[in-house]
Amino acid sequence: MQTNLTEKATALFVSLMCAIMLSPAWALASETAAMVPDVPAAGDPGWWKWPVILLVVTFVMGIIAVLGGVGGGVLFVPIISGFFPFHLDFVRGAGLLVALSGALAAGPGLLKANLASLRLAIPVALIAATMAIVGAMVGLALPTHIVQLALGGTILGIVVIMLTAKKSAVPDVPAADNLSSALRICGIYHDQAMKQDINWKIHRTIPGLATFIIIGFMAGMFGLGAGWANVPVLNLMMGAPLKISVATSKFLLSITDTSAAWIYMNKGCVIPMMVVPSLIGIMLGSFVGVRLLKVAKPTFIRWMVIAILGFAGLKAMHKGLTVMGII
Amino acid sequence: MSELTKEATEEQVLYANILEKGMFFGLISMIVTFALYVFGIMPAVVPVGEIANYWNMPVDQYLAAINDNFLHMEHAPTGWAWLGLLGNGDFLNFLPVAILAGITILCYAAIVPGLFKRNDKAMGAMALATAIVLFLAASGIVGGGGH
Repeated sequence: MQTNLTEKATALFVSLMCAIMLSPAWALASETAAMVPDVPAAGDPGWWKWPVILLVVTFVMGIIAVLGGVGGGVLFVPIISGFFPFHLDFVRGAGLLVALSGALAAGPGLLKANLASLRLAIPVALIAATMAIVGAMVGLALPTHIVQLALGGTILGIVVIMLTAKKSAVPDVPAADNLSSALRICGIYHDQAMKQDINWKIHRTIPGLATFIIIGFMAGMFGLGAGWANVPVLNLMMGAPLKISVATSKFLLSITDTSAAWIYMNKGCVIPMMVVPSLIGIMLGSFVGVRLLKVAKPTFIRWMVIAILGFAGLKAMHKGLTVMGII
Repeated sequence: MSELTKEATEEQVLYANILEKGMFFGLISMIVTFALYVFGIMPAVVPVGEIANYWNMPVDQYLAAINDNFLHMEHAPTGWAWLGLLGNGDFLNFLPVAILAGITILCYAAIVPGLFKRNDKAMGAMALATAIVLFLAASGIVGGGGH
């Protein structure tokens, strides 16, 4: 009885937060902010409202990200760029730092537990980190409306991946390929749920690594993090067990996002008044989200995340097309 | 060749330990430097009450505007120019960001010698290459911004 009530309260809370984030009021806020004159006015006594709203929204985002099983970066960039007054350049920089901080916080534990595999991460990270630099440079060189349009398309693509991608707890890998054998990319971990040791290896290493050319590029270009793409490639394409894929993906973000974050930082795309409230909000939200995970209904939350991303993706495309004069 | 075990390898544990220390140091520094900035304990280049007038601009326009209105430097503050502005609360906050973004380079640099020592040449070479890529990105040599 009490569990039911808690579940309902959790669902109501998350629904309410999602509804607030989907509200047209946010769209109005961003349109209003877009009309701020280019010539700076004198000090605004209400300057603190946006950092505070950012803190609250990223707190909610942190909860939803944990419950929905997605990274903070993939929610942060489309939502904050779509509904806040900050320019996309700064949102992408902050998005990378949000994803980076989450990965840095999770990385040590995952490595020590031998769930994140350093041997699997090293070749992938070399490709993804290099391409993230290229992506960041291209993203900062392109006109904002083009990036916004491409971001919208990418977010909608992520929605499709979330709707269609399957997962395999322990994929069947009949034999490791030559490259992964030579690099000794394999391991053993103890699966507590299955109560057994899982001996894993990978295959299709070359096509898998080639896919990270695109993933790294997109991570750098949009500041999204890339867990949404890392996990299906590591798990379904290369055959790593799901737990190893999820953990290695999270750890990989700490390397991929590091390279892109430096590009954004060196270009000046860091505004502490945006970055710090976002990091604090996401991290506090994640702590709460982990506790709510016990009582929340993951399927319901996942649909909510898909709805939010779908709306944010359409909003980003709308913004890009409006500037181009197409709509 | 080392035998497979359930335990993390020596390099993996070394990497994790450095990452953990750097992450905690970076996050604590971030909270401290932000408090110094937002509570006005340190002066800021762009007063906190005026930053909202700039964050809706593209980055090039933003940098030019804060340079024209506050800094009056020869070039807009890109690359590592923030090091020279650490006496200001807003630019002091770049320090923890640099720590968080820099710790992975240190982790890679730490594991490379061990990998080569154990004759794990391919992994050692890839780890070294990644460390160089990250270093080039950080230096501003790749991607611009460094001067």
